[in-house]
This record gives sequence, structure tokens and C-alpha cells, in this order.
Amino acid sequence: MTNPKGAVPPLSLTAELTHRCPLHCGYCSNPIELLTRDQELDTATWREVLTQAHDIGVLQVHFSGGEPLGRKDLAELIEHTAGLGAYVNLVTSGLGLTEARLQSLVDAGLNHVQLSVQGADAAIGDRIAGTRAHHHKIIAADLVRRAGLPLSVNVVLHRENHHQVAALIDFAEELGADRLELANTQYYGWALRNRSQLMPTADQLAAAELIVQDALVRLKGKMQIVYVIADYPEKFPKPCTYGWGARQITVAPDGTVMPCPAASAISTLQLENVRERSLGEIWYDSSSFNAYRGDDWMSDTCRSCDRRELDFGGCRCQAFLLTGDAAATDPVCHKSPDRGVVDLILAEPRRTGLVMRSPSR
Amino acid sequence: MTAEALSGTASPGPRPRIRRGVRLSYDKVRNTPVVLHPEGVLIPNPTATAVLELCDGEHSLTEIARLLADRYDAVQPEQIRSLLDRLADKQVVEWT
Ligand SMILES: C[S@@+](CC[C@H](N)C(=O)[O-])C[C@H]1O[C@@H](n2cnc3c(N)ncnc32)[C@H](O)[C@@H]1O
Ligand code: SF4
Ligand code: SF4
Repeated sequence: MTNPKGAVPPLSLTAELTHRCPLHCGYCSNPIELLTRDQELDTATWREVLTQAHDIGVLQVHFSGGEPLGRKDLAELIEHTAGLGAYVNLVTSGLGLTEARLQSLVDAGLNHVQLSVQGADAAIGDRIAGTRAHHHKIIAADLVRRAGLPLSVNVVLHRENHHQVAALIDFAEELGADRLELANTQYYGWALRNRSQLMPTADQLAAAELIVQDALVRLKGKMQIVYVIADYPEKFPKPCTYGWGARQITVAPDGTVMPCPAASAISTLQLENVRERSLGEIWYDSSSFNAYRGDDWMSDTCRSCDRRELDFGGCRCQAFLLTGDAAATDPVCHKSPDRGVVDLILAEPRRTGLVMRSPSR
Repeated sequence: MTAEALSGTASPGPRPRIRRGVRLSYDKVRNTPVVLHPEGVLIPNPTATAVLELCDGEHSLTEIARLLADRYDAVQPEQIRSLLDRLADKQVVEWT
């Protein structure tokens, strides 16, 4: 298939199998309105989606959610995906992972586990997760290690756990992680509602920077650390991954196909569904995937800027959420006419009282 | 330095191995070898592919250099070492 915008085959698919989740993280980037069990794609449809993804070039599948372990057909879907030759990653909170369950997933062809951790100890971890989650992390990490799979630990950082950065690095080491991702909260979905409560202080960010720099050197070759900065205080925006509709596809639990996991926030986008059209047609021919490919859509600010090849004008979802126009220059950029919006948010007095994520049925 | 010179030592040297959770595979859609790893996909060039095919924990760096010198005249052992160091930084291979 050819595409007027020069789209090439996608590399990865994030399969959000369900929005159901036993945790209630106030920082959760999933939408405020979660899809329910009866809206989820069935096993046969997921298998078909995975086959189509492989046919158009997807080499890596991330099973995520919600909590993907909440789907009874997870092993079957992993087996199907591995059978196609794709790399299989499981993105999980670890709740629901038992030795037998993990064994069934490994037998099915699971390649890697990405485990979320909410805090460095049970007091903070359980408080942020809104349930007794912390001890499950220790159990899950141990099971993954013993199964011989590589383990990544993912921590979302915010004002309530930023002071724990050093302890979180130690904890990830104790868990035996090959890789630690320390990501400052991105404000989408439920997290946006809690932005004021989540936003770290300038002092916290400065302190974390030093600790991470030191750990990068100290742990080189032992544990890889990826630090995702908080973008609001920066001069330049974070890139829109590798570009809109360039490499990645996300399929929501109900089959909605998105160029990025946060894209359902852009209400002006005509998202399509795998129940109605094939993944290949949606990738190459849909208005949603073509909307921000290339640079025709860009504002003059971005189209005349040398950095457009690096950051693609920043995040489309953030542009929409903060300016109402998904084609606007990301307002984090100091060249954006809307930068004042971000400065105002940064200057506001911070609220306290994180609102826990409400569960899906 | 040639592969011969490198192999002139008693010790066979370190043996690189593709890390667990990393897979060298062939992609039929793009018609190219690919390295699948936890963070994504790498598209190795022909030399890197040939090196990775020998990263089995059995062949030492010296042996890999010798085997490849026969196939690719231009490839120097130092280049293979630095290629493997880069792949190790990306957690694609490890030294055993
Ligand atoms: C939405 S979760 C779904 C999988 C599983 N429930 C978990 O939490 O690992 C997918 C990944 O996104 C991360 N995440 C969630 N909210 C985020 C936010 N606001 N900013 C950045 N990462 C976030 C989680 O830590 C997790 O690694
Ligand atoms: S971030 Fe937390 S609440 Fe959201 S899906 Fe993951 S574990 Fe569940
Ligand atoms: S003007 Fe646009 S392309 Fe240039 S740095 Fe800012 S967001 Fe990026």
C-alpha cells in the first residue's frame, strides 16, 4: 500500500486489552471514562487484529490496559502473537501474577515484562495505588527473574513520590530490573484532572536530576535507566514519539485505533474501529492517522523551524488539551504563542488531595 | 592489527552473547534482518547481522573477527569490538 503522506509500515502495536484494573493510581493516563467489560473486543477479534498488525509490518506487541492479566485469554493472545513471530511485551501492575499464570504466559511465548511500581516502600506505594499493591511488585519481580525473562520497572514520578527517586532506584535494583524507566507524569486522562496535585516542585526536579545523573554512571552496564523529564518547565516540547502515525498503533479495549495512547482526548479526531475497517486501511487511509503526518498541517511557527524534524511540533494531544487546537504548536515550546498557558499553570499555587482513579466495571 | 595478531594470545578472550529477551529475526514485510529487543526494533546492517549471528556465547571476539575477515575484507577487528560495545550499551549483547 502507498500513502500520499509517505507512511511506512508500523513497527509496534499496543493492545489495550481491558480498562479494568485493580489499582486506582491518581496519575493514571487512561481516559476518565473507562470502557467496560461488555465493550471489550472478544478473543477472536483480538486474534484477527494481531494477525492484521503482523501482516502490515508490526514486529512488537505490547499487551497493556488497564490490567492485561484481567483477561483470561491473555495466554492465548500471546501464543498467537508469538506464533506470528512478533516480540511480546507485557505491561502490568503485577497484581494477579502467580507462578502458574506466569509459566503459562512464558510457555505461550512472552519475551519481556514491564512492571509498574508506585513507590519505594509499601506505605507510599500502597497509598498511591489505592490498594495493597506493593508486596505484589516484589512477588511479581521475583517470578519474572526466576522465569529468566528480562524485567523493566516503570515508575511514574509526581509530587507524592519524587522525594523517593534515590530509594526507587535502589528498589528497582533490589527487584533485579534490567531497566528502570523513571517517567515524570504526563498529563493526560485521569492524570490531567490531578495535575495540580501531581506537579512536582522545581526543587524536586532539580534534586532528581542530580540523583539520576549519578545513578546513570554508577549503574552503567548493570541497570539501564531512562529518565523522562517533566516537559512543562522546559523550553522545547517532547517529541510526538517518532512522529504521528510513523511507527506505532494503539488499539483500545473496544477496538478503537489510535496513533497514540492519549489520542482519544482529541475530540476533533475521527477515530476508526477495527470492527469496521482493517488495520491496514486505517493505518494508511484514515483521516486520523493522516491528520498530522508530514508537515503540511503545521502552524507557520513550526513549519519554519529547524527542530520540526526532531520534535514534530511536539505533542498533538497536549496541544489539543491546552489550546483546543490539535494542530497548534505544543504550548510547552517557548516559540508557541500559547506558552503563557503553561507558565500560568506552573505559577499557580499547587492543590493537595490526589483524587484516586475510579474503577471500571 | 589483523585478526591473526589478535588470535595470537593464549586466552581466547571474551565471548559475546545475544542477551536473553533479545532476538535476531527476519522481517518479511521490510525484507531485512531485525533485532527485536525490550525497547524496540533495530535494523542491523549486513556486518552487524553477520556479527550478531555469531554472538552465541561460543565464539570469542577473536574468532568472530577471523571468521568475518574471510567474508568482509574491509572489516577490522577494532571495528567489530566497537560495534559490539555499542550493542552492549544498547543491551543487545553481553560479554561472557
Ligand atoms: C496505563 S498503564 C497500563 C498497564 C498497567 N496497569 C500498569 O500500570 O503498568 C501503562 C504504563 O503507563 C504508565 N503510566 C500511567 N499513567 C502515566 C502518566 N500519567 N504518565 C506517564 N506514564 C504513565 C504506567 O506506569 C505503565 O507503565
Ligand atoms: S496506571 Fe495504575 S490505575 Fe492506571 S491502568 Fe496502570 S495500574 Fe491501573
Ligand atoms: S516551533 Fe515547533 S518545531 Fe520548533 S521547537 Fe517549537 S514545537 Fe518544535
